[in-house]
Amino acid sequence: MRRLLAVAAVVLLAPGAAAAAPSGSGLYAENCLSCHGPGGSGTARGPRLRGVGAIAADFYLRTGYMPLLSPGDQPTRRRSPFTARQIDALVAYVASLGKGLPVPRPHPERGSIPVGLRLFTEHCAGCHQVVGEGGYVTGARVPPLEQASATQIAEAVRIGPYLMPRFPRTQISDRQLDSLVAYVQWAKHPDDRGGWAIGHIGPVPEGLVAWLLAGTALVAVCVVIGKRNEA
Amino acid sequence: MIRSTVRFLDERSGGAPFLRKALRYVFPDHWSFLLGEVALYAFVVLVGTGIYLTLFFDPSTATTHYHGEYQPLHGLEMTHAYRSVVDISFKVKAGLLIRQTHHWAADVFVVAIVLHLLRIFFTGAFRKPRDLTYYLGLTMLALALLEGYLGYSLADDLLSGMGLAIGYSVLMSVPFVGANLAELVWGGPFPGTPAFWSRMYVAHVFLFPLLIATLLGAHLLLVAARHHTQFRGPRKTERKVVGVPTFPGQTPRSLGLMSAVTAVLFLLGGLVQINPIWLWGPYHVASGTNGAQPDWYLGWLIGALRLVPGFDVTIGHYTLVPNPFWGGALFPLVVFGFLWAFPWLERRFTGDHAFHNLLDRPRDAPWRTAIGAALFTWVALIFLAGSADRVFVTFFVSYGWQILFFRIAVWVVPVVVLLVTRRVCLELQASERVERERELAEEEARRAAAPEPVR
Amino acid sequence: MRALWRYLVAAVVLLLGRGRRPPRVERAERIVPAGEPSPRAELLVLALFGATAACAVAFVVVYAVESIPHQTQFLGLSLGLAFAFLAAALIVIASRLVVTEELEEDYPVPAHPAEQEALGQLVEESGDRMTRKRLLLVGGGAAGAALGAALVTPALSLGPAFEIAPFFRTPWRRGVRLVDEDGRPLHAHDVLEETFYTAYPEGADREQLGAPIVVVRLRPAELHLPAGRDGWAPHGIVAYSKICTHAGCAVALYRKPTFPTVEPRPALVCPCHYSTFDPARGAKVLFGPAGRPLPQLPLFVGPSGELRAAGNLSGPVGPAWWGVRNRRPS
Repeated sequence: MRRLLAVAAVVLLAPGAAAAAPSGSGLYAENCLSCHGPGGSGTARGPRLRGVGAIAADFYLRTGYMPLLSPGDQPTRRRSPFTARQIDALVAYVASLGKGLPVPRPHPERGSIPVGLRLFTEHCAGCHQVVGEGGYVTGARVPPLEQASATQIAEAVRIGPYLMPRFPRTQISDRQLDSLVAYVQWAKHPDDRGGWAIGHIGPVPEGLVAWLLAGTALVAVCVVIGKRNEA
Repeated sequence: MIRSTVRFLDERSGGAPFLRKALRYVFPDHWSFLLGEVALYAFVVLVGTGIYLTLFFDPSTATTHYHGEYQPLHGLEMTHAYRSVVDISFKVKAGLLIRQTHHWAADVFVVAIVLHLLRIFFTGAFRKPRDLTYYLGLTMLALALLEGYLGYSLADDLLSGMGLAIGYSVLMSVPFVGANLAELVWGGPFPGTPAFWSRMYVAHVFLFPLLIATLLGAHLLLVAARHHTQFRGPRKTERKVVGVPTFPGQTPRSLGLMSAVTAVLFLLGGLVQINPIWLWGPYHVASGTNGAQPDWYLGWLIGALRLVPGFDVTIGHYTLVPNPFWGGALFPLVVFGFLWAFPWLERRFTGDHAFHNLLDRPRDAPWRTAIGAALFTWVALIFLAGSADRVFVTFFVSYGWQILFFRIAVWVVPVVVLLVTRRVCLELQASERVERERELAEEEARRAAAPEPVR
Repeated sequence: MRALWRYLVAAVVLLLGRGRRPPRVERAERIVPAGEPSPRAELLVLALFGATAACAVAFVVVYAVESIPHQTQFLGLSLGLAFAFLAAALIVIASRLVVTEELEEDYPVPAHPAEQEALGQLVEESGDRMTRKRLLLVGGGAAGAALGAALVTPALSLGPAFEIAPFFRTPWRRGVRLVDEDGRPLHAHDVLEETFYTAYPEGADREQLGAPIVVVRLRPAELHLPAGRDGWAPHGIVAYSKICTHAGCAVALYRKPTFPTVEPRPALVCPCHYSTFDPARGAKVLFGPAGRPLPQLPLFVGPSGELRAAGNLSGPVGPAWWGVRNRRPS
């Protein structure tokens, strides 16, 4: 709730998309500086941004991870209070602070889903669950990947947001990354030939169905049959 | 036609008198008496669908590379066991329907057994002369859990491999003999020899079903020998049982229930996806997925494994009792042990050694009801703790806080439930007593006021 | 529609009812009490049987026609509905078309004292010729027990029951190279901070608990390894068994803070019961049910920069058992 209010406040305070091109440094000063310090120098409330590159700024801003209400909070996906143009300006500004990686351009259509599945199982499934439905790592909630765009997946792999490890090119090559992204994109709507997918997380919802659907239906049948001589 | 058939059978078996008696066997009526039947029919569906699956399943751990119809697994290394389950799902026509129906039937089988057990427990139906029937039922429940675990494990997908690793660890943790037992079962350290898979297979498709079927036969024989219990009612006494006969009254009902169970299972099997092993991928010792869970009926064990604080009992550098023992082995043993001991415990504490054909309503036995409710709450809380990670993902309730909450709640809430349930039972009894006394008094008053009845 | 039904029913009745009817013998007393017929219920049952048959036929059709999409769903739906209609028909029969009697029956007598007595007597008298009954019983018991033990003995062939050495065995030896999933050697300069690597011993069977390890690189200043592990972590690279010491799952999670000031420290986590290990402190348990740290693999950097094991793991791999801590793996 607090977080929601804060978002609302930020939305109200953020300058409306004026006709003039928004100024990255101006936006930065208004929304980021209190934690990340002047010129991205970092403070006790937020990390240095010099050298994180466009890739990190793009990821954190477009997922709505930033701005964060309280520095100790885990960033979560939500609607960004900024317009797309404001984000462009902020990303350009943060990129200008130091040398860093540009926003990646993954090509999932060049990737292979089986290779992606293998990579995902090895590097990602431990936290994100094998179909990307999210999970838990001690101290944090691991987000489901349904809403992650191809670019965001690639960004997250390279920068390792929040508690996530980051996977450099030496570990996951750009080609492999294409496959990984292809797999995650595919896993948003996997092959559900069995019918209603109930979340792709296996036994927990299956147990709910067994008890609430089948159990209730069968008890109802028992009640109907157990009632005698109505006619 | 009918008469000639009967004549034919009777002249060869001499069974007419028996059959005649059997057809007029009396079933007392209450809907809750049908829950055991639901379990029975789920078992029938399990056997039927299971036989079909054995015709296609290949219990081999030899590895192969998949190049079948399902693209996302192309080129992946996997065992023949896993591959054959993928093939059952995608290559065998109607295979996925049968496989999913089989799995749903397993889930529903245990649901029905648990509901049946609750009914038996809270109505005191386990008392003499039916304690033996009750023991057989409990044993079947335990066997059903193991049988389900074996089936879940055979597919050799990522979840089943992780489940086997946990099962192995729990067996290893048994004091004194754990390592030896695990070596015997697996044929060596995890993941064991290839023979382990044929052992699981023969246990799953032959030994356990045979055991369950045998106990089931004995269970039903004992039920018939002692007749059903019944609730108190007009003409229903400890000596006389009142109800509909097997034929014609009960037969269409039972067949109808069997059809309904089958209908629900096939509808689930066709419409609701269960254990999509093609999405989990094959298992390798070094891989894991977040939130790995067993089927629901073992959820109480994963809850217990997660709740127990991290410690091994050690003396110096010797481990005596490794951690998984508490949640994975001791906890279910305590629950089953208590349920096993309960008829004896109740006889001991109440001094009631009599025969009972009439059932208690839960309120009639406040202590039993309270203890049962507390035990059920205890197990249910630990069961819920097993899904705390998914609750965190879905509802943003911190996992750490949930675990802390459950660690306290599992000791506090059952005690509260015990006291409250007992109190509620006593209050209900008291209000009934008051009601009856008032009725009696009114009757009296009416009689006193009314003029002398004319004879 | 109604008329159609009537014709249909009439046709069925005509077809089935033509057989010669056996003369009904009037008996003095009926067994099943008579009840009123209910033609409407009969019609309903017939309709339900018809629906059952239609669904069953639909199942066969769906099975036969390849081109139907969502075949599993339609198969389940048709077969499930067939059984549902059958169930409905049977329930209507039960409630409307057969007499629901209420019979009374005596419960079986609780016990048969005379028979019990006779059985006891039977057994006792059968043993009258034996004078040393207790001794015979003991002898027979001993024979039975020995025979039972003999028959169970072959079960020991299932595994090396009394040999626990296999549990201590791992494929790691001094000098064994660390290779990745694809068999490529892992080089020290490839191993970066803030990520984790799964590695295996070169040339070994990967499907044994001792094989997979997880490798992470930390700042040497952050490392506080237990005493006696000096030099195990060249350039801050540490390696631990990937198998959880609690319940044998793969420790497939690595968390690392982006902003260490406020975020939790790096940790290795198991996805089964969330045991959490601190890689900087010899994989000490930070949270969760694990009872002992992950065993550590000492490393050294080979001549061409590749990572090699400097010995075996620091303790037994995987789940614990009775007496597990007293030996190092071989």
